[in-house]
Amino acid sequence: MSRLGRIARRTFLVGSVAIAGGVAFGIWQARRPVANPLRPADGEVTLNPYVLIDASGVTVIAPRAEMGQGIHSTLAALVAEEMDLDWPAVRVLHGPPARAYFNGALLGPGVPVNAERGVLHDTRQAAADLAPRALGLQITGGSTSLVDAFDKMRRAGAAARETLMAAAAARAGVDIARLRTEGGAVVTPEGLRLRYEDLAQDAAAIEPPRAPRLKPPSEWRLLGRSLPRTDIPSKVTGTAQFAGDVRLPDMLYATVRLSPRLGAAMRSIDMAEALAVPGVERIVEFEDGFGVIARDTWTAMRAADLVRAEWDRAPYPPQTDAIFERIALAFDSRPNSRLRNDGDAAARLTAAPPGRVFEAEYRVPYLAHSTMEPMSATAVLRDNHLEMWAGNQIPIAFRDAAARAIGLSSGDVTLHTTVMGGGFGRRAEVDVAVQAARLAASVPGRPVCMTWTREEDMTHDFYRPGAIARARAVVGPDGPEAVVLRIAAPSVSRQGARRLMGFAPPGPDHMLVEGAHDQPYRIPDFLVSGHIADVAVPVGYWRSVGYSHNGFFHECLMDELAREAGLDPVEMRLRLIDDAPSRGVIEAVADMSGWGADRPSGTGRGFAFTRSFGAPMAQVVELAETGAGLRITRAWAAVDVGLAIDPGNVEAQVISGMIYGLSAAVMGEITFADGMVEQHNFPDYDALRMDNAPEIAVRILETMPELAGIGEPGTPPAMPALANALYDLTGERVRELPLNRRFAFA
Amino acid sequence: MLELTVNGQAHVVEADPEMPLLWVLRDHLGLTGTKYGCGVAACGACTVLVGGEAVRSCTLPAGDVRDAVTTIEGHGNPEALSALQAAWIEHQVAQCGYCQPGQIMQAASLLADNPAPSDEEIDTAMRGNLCRCGTYQRVRTAIRAAAGEMREARL
Ligand code: FES
Ligand code: FES
Repeated sequence: MSRLGRIARRTFLVGSVAIAGGVAFGIWQARRPVANPLRPADGEVTLNPYVLIDASGVTVIAPRAEMGQGIHSTLAALVAEEMDLDWPAVRVLHGPPARAYFNGALLGPGVPVNAERGVLHDTRQAAADLAPRALGLQITGGSTSLVDAFDKMRRAGAAARETLMAAAAARAGVDIARLRTEGGAVVTPEGLRLRYEDLAQDAAAIEPPRAPRLKPPSEWRLLGRSLPRTDIPSKVTGTAQFAGDVRLPDMLYATVRLSPRLGAAMRSIDMAEALAVPGVERIVEFEDGFGVIARDTWTAMRAADLVRAEWDRAPYPPQTDAIFERIALAFDSRPNSRLRNDGDAAARLTAAPPGRVFEAEYRVPYLAHSTMEPMSATAVLRDNHLEMWAGNQIPIAFRDAAARAIGLSSGDVTLHTTVMGGGFGRRAEVDVAVQAARLAASVPGRPVCMTWTREEDMTHDFYRPGAIARARAVVGPDGPEAVVLRIAAPSVSRQGARRLMGFAPPGPDHMLVEGAHDQPYRIPDFLVSGHIADVAVPVGYWRSVGYSHNGFFHECLMDELAREAGLDPVEMRLRLIDDAPSRGVIEAVADMSGWGADRPSGTGRGFAFTRSFGAPMAQVVELAETGAGLRITRAWAAVDVGLAIDPGNVEAQVISGMIYGLSAAVMGEITFADGMVEQHNFPDYDALRMDNAPEIAVRILETMPELAGIGEPGTPPAMPALANALYDLTGERVRELPLNRRFAFA
Repeated sequence: MLELTVNGQAHVVEADPEMPLLWVLRDHLGLTGTKYGCGVAACGACTVLVGGEAVRSCTLPAGDVRDAVTTIEGHGNPEALSALQAAWIEHQVAQCGYCQPGQIMQAASLLADNPAPSDEEIDTAMRGNLCRCGTYQRVRTAIRAAAGEMREARL
């Protein structure tokens, strides 16, 4: 069993209340210590929740999940930097579900990087930490992992280093001030190397410092550089273990089928034909579907096709048109929020002569996450203890859901969070945990490897909701003078909260209007209102969440208003935006793309800017007319992340986010007929491929006073930049996505 | 009964000859480096070599396989990386990694046929391999680099 496997197993064998084993410290210790969830075995020592040492060296425990964003390497680098570890020797494992790994950045502002430039860390972060800790939020999402960990994990590394040095001082009889660390060892003035492995046992007995000294950036060897990711060798050799790759003796394989009308109950089931298929072990009924367990995945999938089931009606309007009518109805209701309300936009618009009021309506469709790896999990129930392997973004909730599903307590479940074949927000749900637990519980003692078909995955997502925006504006010579932007969509945050906590907190829904109300534009009279639509189609967190639709609405609108005012779209932004980092990225992308220069004939260019998750991002997309249709040829992005801890990874995430957004803008669309999703597999829900994805250039700026995450900010501006390029090329304003409904793409 | 040669090893598998090669590899032989993405030959995650040619193992009945099969595990391993795998690491291609074994096997077949592909030839050969993380730019760079390495090694 893997080292962490042993650690996690021990953790949960002792019950849900972890017994404090090692020494926990970090910024939270000043207020209330959190138990170290790591349970070291013989020969292992843990110095805090992030550092585990055994005879072969140091393993960094990452509190967040690796779904492609490279976070394991970046988090490990924070600890490795302070401990002076050799990068190639560093290993990383995902930590067990534990409150010690709460994500403090989810509810709070970013970490000021000027802490690194001489000012002490401020207390806003500390205050923000309290809420998620109380809720036990161990969540990978919201582009927060690095923001949350930046202080905690460096401090953990620094404190571990100081205790190791104290242990070395005692052993060598040398004043600690004369010791230094290098390459995973403490070095004495005589050049004697005391390896951390040999000091760990002593170090664990030493009270760690409360305020360890952190290296100033000038001493950094690892941070600020592009490091080779620790997970890539296993991913290119097929040895990385995804949840569906776990292989155990006596294993069975399974797949599930859920009601094709989302949330509708199963009325009847006839499994006779399926049970007659050789190799089928059993069929497990759920309220809204069933799972087939067989001797291999193919047999399970084939047998599932032979089960005849009848399903109830969908709890939402059955056709896409009717769903959008329902969304539009929300405009008639009282707004849930008016989070931007500068001046008196309504009065200005009423007073304006009718011919001078610009009006537009924008629409975006439902979207699937479409992770490369369909939903999967492996589980085995032995002696009333469930062991599960699953890619997930919320380990505590995931484990608890699995436990509840089969009447166990959380302490009776061991969850291994594996690497994920993409998350994008889809794996912040617990549906898979419930199914895998119930399947495993039906065949005690035998491991069950569950794999959804692609069709099941595509038709049973928690979708990015469809959304509508209605804009009215009055334009002057400098651009918009008065704007009313109203946004209607089902509420992701309310549905998500209901699933996770059982209730939806009242109050303004920020996610519904993020990307519209919070942009650094100075418009004298500006109102943004959010209207919650009541549609029961499951919706969830799709890479960049509300920014994914509002970035499109806001930035298409700004492009239109620039044209109305007779201004260049970039020029207009610079007139309306004072925020220096935002201006910086706008100017940078204009420079990179040669914005002002003549366009090659047959090409068009679009610009967009969105500040999301703390990162201002400006993009330019180039579109060309080819004989066979439109082709996205090139794109440029400039982003300010405050501090680029790993520039190579920042670049990769910006490009990844843009391709994700561009794919959706060109061809992404989930539609409904008879209550069922009409897209089933990649042929009807495709994405950009190597031959039609643009070459993308990225420039990273570091002027912001706060650190920003980078998993999501690439996505929002890509969609409006493309639509604006389409207008530039064709003169046609398309206010609805996807664009391939109106134009052929090559 | 199926007889298959995979990564140089002969296997006899008790399975329906209609079963796609993908599931024989993953569930019966425990070779999980080859991934399931779509089951309809639309994503390339399941790409392996059969007789040196890249094929989508998710739609190929195992009973129809006559030639030797090479999977990502046989193509190279952490102790003995292939030129492609080394280039993939050098250029830090993988993100979630789920599509990457298929990308590499597709690239292996491309370079076996065409040791010096143009960018356009790379695009055409690789367009069947979907990557939801959008790593295409680095995939292309790594293929070019590996092609160069392999040409040099042959000199
Ligand atoms: S799984 Fe075979 S091509 Fe997608
Ligand atoms: S690396 Fe994630 S799908 Fe390609």
